[in-house]
Amino acid sequence: PFKRYVEIGRIALVNYGKDYGKLVVIVDVIDQNRALVDAPDMVRGQMNFKRLTLTDIKIDIKRVPNKKTLIAAMEAADVKNKWENSSWGRKLIVQKKRASLNDFDRFKIMLAKIKKAGVVRQELAKLKKEATA
Amino acid sequence: MAPQQRKPHVCRNPDLIRGVGKYSRSKMYHKRGLWAIKAKNGGAFPKHEKKAVEAAPAEKPPKFYPADDVKKPLVNKRKARPTKLRASITPGTVLIILAGRFKGKRVVFLKQLTSGLLLVTGPFKINGVPLRRVNQSYVIATSTKVDISGVNVEKFDDKYFGKKVEKKKKKGEGEFFEAEKEEKNTLPQDKKDDQKSVDAALIQSIEAVPDLKSYLGARFSLKAGMKPHELVF
Repeated sequence: PFKRYVEIGRIALVNYGKDYGKLVVIVDVIDQNRALVDAPDMVRGQMNFKRLTLTDIKIDIKRVPNKKTLIAAMEAADVKNKWENSSWGRKLIVQKKRASLNDFDRFKIMLAKIKKAGVVRQELAKLKKEATA
Repeated sequence: MAPQQRKPHVCRNPDLIRGVGKYSRSKMYHKRGLWAIKAKNGGAFPKHEKKAVEAAPAEKPPKFYPADDVKKPLVNKRKARPTKLRASITPGTVLIILAGRFKGKRVVFLKQLTSGLLLVTGPFKINGVPLRRVNQSYVIATSTKVDISGVNVEKFDDKYFGKKVEKKKKKGEGEFFEAEKEEKNTLPQDKKDDQKSVDAALIQSIEAVPDLKSYLGARFSLKAGMKPHELVF
């Protein structure tokens, strides 16, 4: 029934608070509700599990490694690329891009959408014609 | 060594709390080196002679005192200056006009006039907005910039846009009025030429960017799902 477990080395996404949107590694479990959490660009600290969403990615580390070993383990497991190629990671990247669009960018996207729809409709019309012919 | 570079001087008597310095008066006397200055000067602090004060010219008592005391208005040292321009608005920025006849039009910003209003142009050929003044408050600044280096905007100021003063006509008969009204409606040719000369250079730099021309020709509107407080312009 459960596939993603809280374990040392599990990568999680922070979904609330100051570090919202960051990927962090669970390096130790403090008690029933909290974990010790670390990431290459933040100071190691505790976080409630309610603030974390587990991902599929896991890295191979011992309990509470130092920053250097942590970063080396993350490079070895290629966390960044795995995340950015996963469908969840790609969705987040697209959401961020959409939110940061300029007014001019939105205009260009509108033109592109209309063009694409035109091409699709032409193909569809062609296929329909062949079907009835 | 560059003469201007100096390390910023830390204060000699840092505050422990506001109002209480770290060092006492005697310690500060020593720190400031007043003892050394006195020693250099032979025991007393160096004095310079006071400038001789010229006697003020004798004022005669006034001949006339007003009956009631008149209140003097308070001193006003404010200077008139043009409205502070938002940091996001620089020459060449594309602005969205929010009110008036051209609401929703995307327009190119040229310069700020001395009255504080923004001088703006369509360009006229692209979206029908002529050289015009617009208030900063009725404008959204986008982050799109157009290259404006080829345009000379020196000659435009508030007087250029003011209403033309009509010569006072005596109250004539009805024929008078009709003749006058017909002449007023057309734009003078020199204004049309100004518009053309400003727009010529602008349109070239606009056409250099793909899609920018149609972007400026389209109006802005809020569609379903657009939240203005979340939009990045």
